[in-house]
Amino acid sequence: METSSPSLIGRWLDWLTTNLGRILISLIVPVVTFFVLWQGFIFLRESQAPKIVIVLVAIVWGVGGAALLYAVSNWLIEQLPQGVRPRLLPFVFVGPALAILAWYLAIPTFRTLIFSLQDANSMRFVGLENYIFAFTDRVMREAFRNNLLWMVFGTSFCVGLGLLIAVLADRSRFESAYKAIIFMPMAISFVGAGVIWKFVYTYKGEGAGISEIGLLNAIVLALGGQSQPWLQQPPWNNFFLIVIMIWLQTGFAMVVISSAIKGIPTDLLEAARVDGANEVQIFFRITIPYIQGTLLTVTTTIVIFSLKLFDIVRVMTGGNNGTNVIANEFYLQRFTYGHAGRASAIAVILLIAVIPIMIYNLRQFRERKAFR
Amino acid sequence: MKSFKAQRLFSGFIVNGVLSLICLIWLIPTIGVFVTSFRNSEDIFRSGWWTVFPHREYVKVDEIKLDESIDVNGQITIDGVTATFEEWREGIKMPDGLELKWYGNKRTRLIEVRERRWVGFETRLTLDNYRNVLTGKEIRFKDASGNEIVRKGNDLGGAFLNSIAVTVPSTIIPILIAAFAAYGFAWMTFPGRRFFFTIVVALLVVPLQIALVPILQDYTRLNLNGTFLAIWLAHTGFGLPLAIYLLFNYISQLPRDLLESAFIDGASHFTIFLRLILPLSVPALASFAIFQFLWVWNDYLVALVFLGDQNRVLTSALAAIVGEKGQDWHLLTAGAFISMILPLTVFFSLQRYFVRGLLAGSIKG
Repeated sequence: METSSPSLIGRWLDWLTTNLGRILISLIVPVVTFFVLWQGFIFLRESQAPKIVIVLVAIVWGVGGAALLYAVSNWLIEQLPQGVRPRLLPFVFVGPALAILAWYLAIPTFRTLIFSLQDANSMRFVGLENYIFAFTDRVMREAFRNNLLWMVFGTSFCVGLGLLIAVLADRSRFESAYKAIIFMPMAISFVGAGVIWKFVYTYKGEGAGISEIGLLNAIVLALGGQSQPWLQQPPWNNFFLIVIMIWLQTGFAMVVISSAIKGIPTDLLEAARVDGANEVQIFFRITIPYIQGTLLTVTTTIVIFSLKLFDIVRVMTGGNNGTNVIANEFYLQRFTYGHAGRASAIAVILLIAVIPIMIYNLRQFRERKAFR
Repeated sequence: MKSFKAQRLFSGFIVNGVLSLICLIWLIPTIGVFVTSFRNSEDIFRSGWWTVFPHREYVKVDEIKLDESIDVNGQITIDGVTATFEEWREGIKMPDGLELKWYGNKRTRLIEVRERRWVGFETRLTLDNYRNVLTGKEIRFKDASGNEIVRKGNDLGGAFLNSIAVTVPSTIIPILIAAFAAYGFAWMTFPGRRFFFTIVVALLVVPLQIALVPILQDYTRLNLNGTFLAIWLAHTGFGLPLAIYLLFNYISQLPRDLLESAFIDGASHFTIFLRLILPLSVPALASFAIFQFLWVWNDYLVALVFLGDQNRVLTSALAAIVGEKGQDWHLLTAGAFISMILPLTVFFSLQRYFVRGLLAGSIKG
């Protein structure tokens, strides 16, 4: 190509012709990517193909799509001039995560805050009316009371039993077998656990030729008592539900505490034994102080868990017979009664309840100086 | 010295005794459901699941037909024992150790003679419950009083596939996104790095209820409700803070020299991430993967809100059986077991990684 008089326009045209391909490709690649992903989405939404095909396509599309987006955006950045690249590249890495966090957690927090000040359909502002409802309504007060029961009894039994099992298992040859059994419920869904325990508590009532098929009633009958509808008698039914949580969560407490106990230096324990300390003294003077921090972490985790507890109550009683909890009332308000305002107010109350723990986490993080 | 040994033996005995007892209590409810899922629908209502094991019970050995002349409304005398109809119906123990029990109503005039005998393992076990609960087609079974019931199946087979379609991407996508972000936070400098990471830490304990109402509004507007994409993104969003936090802790601890020498060789951030960081972080990725897999597979609330009845997952399908027909124990128990098979397998085969993830992330909300 001959360019005898290089004017400004000429040079610009020159650059354009040599780079035209690159620019076009840079535009086409994202468009094609988007088109392919969109077609996948439409297929998944509309398709009548056999279930197994849909499932396979969904997995490939979802996982592949996410990977493709990163590859394409990295490729795009590499098309840019050297100078801009290092400034934009970090946002290719961090950007998607931040965008999703903003959409799914950070911004919704503020939106929920606004909803909580509005009426059922989020049409007009009603001030603090929803919060007044949340703290004065009879059902809500009952839910708060029940959550308190869950937090106090559920947490203390989980941590206490977890500690007991961890300490005992540490002295047994069959430690891993015991721990695996106690830990197993962690793999079971709350709904599944609900079925398991509903069967334990089931009640058929009195009458000729009726035999109780629920384990608990069978035991009570064998001991000469009367069979009971365990899940229908407030306030005791709450405790029967709490048993399920203890069954599910003790394994968690046990595993975390157990690993802390393993971290106690053996020479410390041996020194105490040489000095004549018995096992009880060792437990209270060495073990407990040494694992204090872990106990605190486990306790807060289970407290948060019991605060947000929903599935067990939903499946077992639906919140009837005086077993309602805050998270179930949230669900009922939003999805059964369709009152977005009240549901949001309840969600905000849940958030406020965990703020002290959030501050504690942030402080811990700052002390660790993870960022150089 | 001898007494010391004896004491050790004794305390070991106590320790193992207490632990075995606790483990037994822990296992029995699950065993009950497991056994029940193989019994047929009639037997479940007639006797407790523990009767499949050898035990002693009254078994019918003979029957007596009462003479028409006896007045069933008054006192009835049989073999020298006098009692009312109601008492006979409850069953009366005779002096010779047999039990006599009225069968059915007054008009039958049938008395069963029952003897206490050893009964062995129940042999009438069946896989029908599993077959019935998995299919979406019509099913037939007998209820407590022996009536045949015809009903549409619960299609847990379809729900199982849906659960897989929800869980696999909901586990891999957040890991991918979080690994990129963790690398960015650990090894790149950009404005707002510290600020953004502080936000990630703050979001660790935020209850997901706070997001449900606004996100549902967005989904309705975007027509995303009931799609797989909707629930993948939701699980990704709710799982990301923990994922970023865990992976950051791991990736930022990797030796600095390793990365620097790769840079000197002219590798870009993207290649270093793919070729070096990802393979090195496999233990951390696996810990979080198992954590997230179990959490998503067992989740009920998020699936209930964003999927509803379209593409119903296992937990929702199981909860629906509890709600609609809470007394169909044969379907419920089989269904519960189907929902547990995969997580229990994953759990027992990869327990070590799961424990590591738990220890690192026990502050998640």
